[in-house]
Amino acid sequence: MKKSQNNDPFWWSFFGAGGVFSSFFVPIHVLLLGLALPLGWWLWPEHESLLELARHPLARIYLFLLIALSLFHAAHRIRFTLHDLLLAHSVDKPAAFACYGGAIIGTLYAMVTVWTL
Amino acid sequence: MQKSIKIEVKRYIPEKQPTPFYQEYEIPLEPKWGVLDALTYIKDEMDGTLSFRWSCHMGVCGSCGMMVNGQPALTCATFLEEYLPGPIRIEPLDHFRVIRDLVIDTDDFMGKLKRVKPWLIPVEEKPLSEGENKQTPAELAAFKQYTLCINCLLCYSACPVVGLNETFVGPAAIALAQRYNYDSRDQGQAERHDVLLDHGGAFDCTLIGECSRACPKHVDPTGAIQRYKADGALEYWKRLILPRGAASK
Repeated sequence: MKKSQNNDPFWWSFFGAGGVFSSFFVPIHVLLLGLALPLGWWLWPEHESLLELARHPLARIYLFLLIALSLFHAAHRIRFTLHDLLLAHSVDKPAAFACYGGAIIGTLYAMVTVWTL
Repeated sequence: MQKSIKIEVKRYIPEKQPTPFYQEYEIPLEPKWGVLDALTYIKDEMDGTLSFRWSCHMGVCGSCGMMVNGQPALTCATFLEEYLPGPIRIEPLDHFRVIRDLVIDTDDFMGKLKRVKPWLIPVEEKPLSEGENKQTPAELAAFKQYTLCINCLLCYSACPVVGLNETFVGPAAIALAQRYNYDSRDQGQAERHDVLLDHGGAFDCTLIGECSRACPKHVDPTGAIQRYKADGALEYWKRLILPRGAASK
């Protein structure tokens, strides 16, 4: 038994977690914030009360996970799509660097944003 | 009613011509003839120099895989009537070195297959006196689908990753590794993890799914690989975090 020299299982774990998380929860957000509220299916909640809800510690953790994991999910998928679309194995390393790098930057930004809401 | 059909065969005869070329044959169109029957007719009646592999003629041996009009197919299970009015273009399987005409070099695959140890690795050999290794129907069902692979290599031709990345161990080899990983008599998971977690292993798969579309035995290598990724990721974290020896032996 040896430790893997390959980082792909590491990134895949976040891709997998992000896939599960975003496929469960993103549709709920799209339904509530994208359709139900703008189309007036329910009364508009006050901005202040929504902000208060988002400031709850559990809501902060939830929002952070939702954003960060979705970013890593997208990063992995875009990396592989570039590999397959450009038909070049040589783009894989730079693509991985750019995609995961972007997801890491986005995650840090999300962390600050969610923390300072 | 069409009486004949044109067959275009990609020929490669290295000692005569260094580059491949296409040769056309007009053969009688017999009902229920497979593409392999057409090739056999050409070899027997028209051109004895044509080389191709075949054996069982019934979709079991996995020898007669070729590209038929650009798609990987078992030529014994692909019928001329599906391609009317023709012509039908027959080429050696994609992503393999060609030895001659339609005969490909399988050595690279054989090497990769051996690396994933597709055989039972028990903790200790049981003496014969202890009797057979019994399995419940549920234990058999856990891996039976993956035993159906006939090593025909259609999945390797269908997989774009195999074409782009020559280190990738490939769909059939991973499905066959899983065939043993899910066998209740086997304890070789750790040795297979060493190969499948590494560069060129299961995580090089970009989940295109063409291997499962091409598979004539419905093994579903795509599914086998995705299941491995979930198992393998768990093993990766165990090896990273737990003290040595605590992950699967």
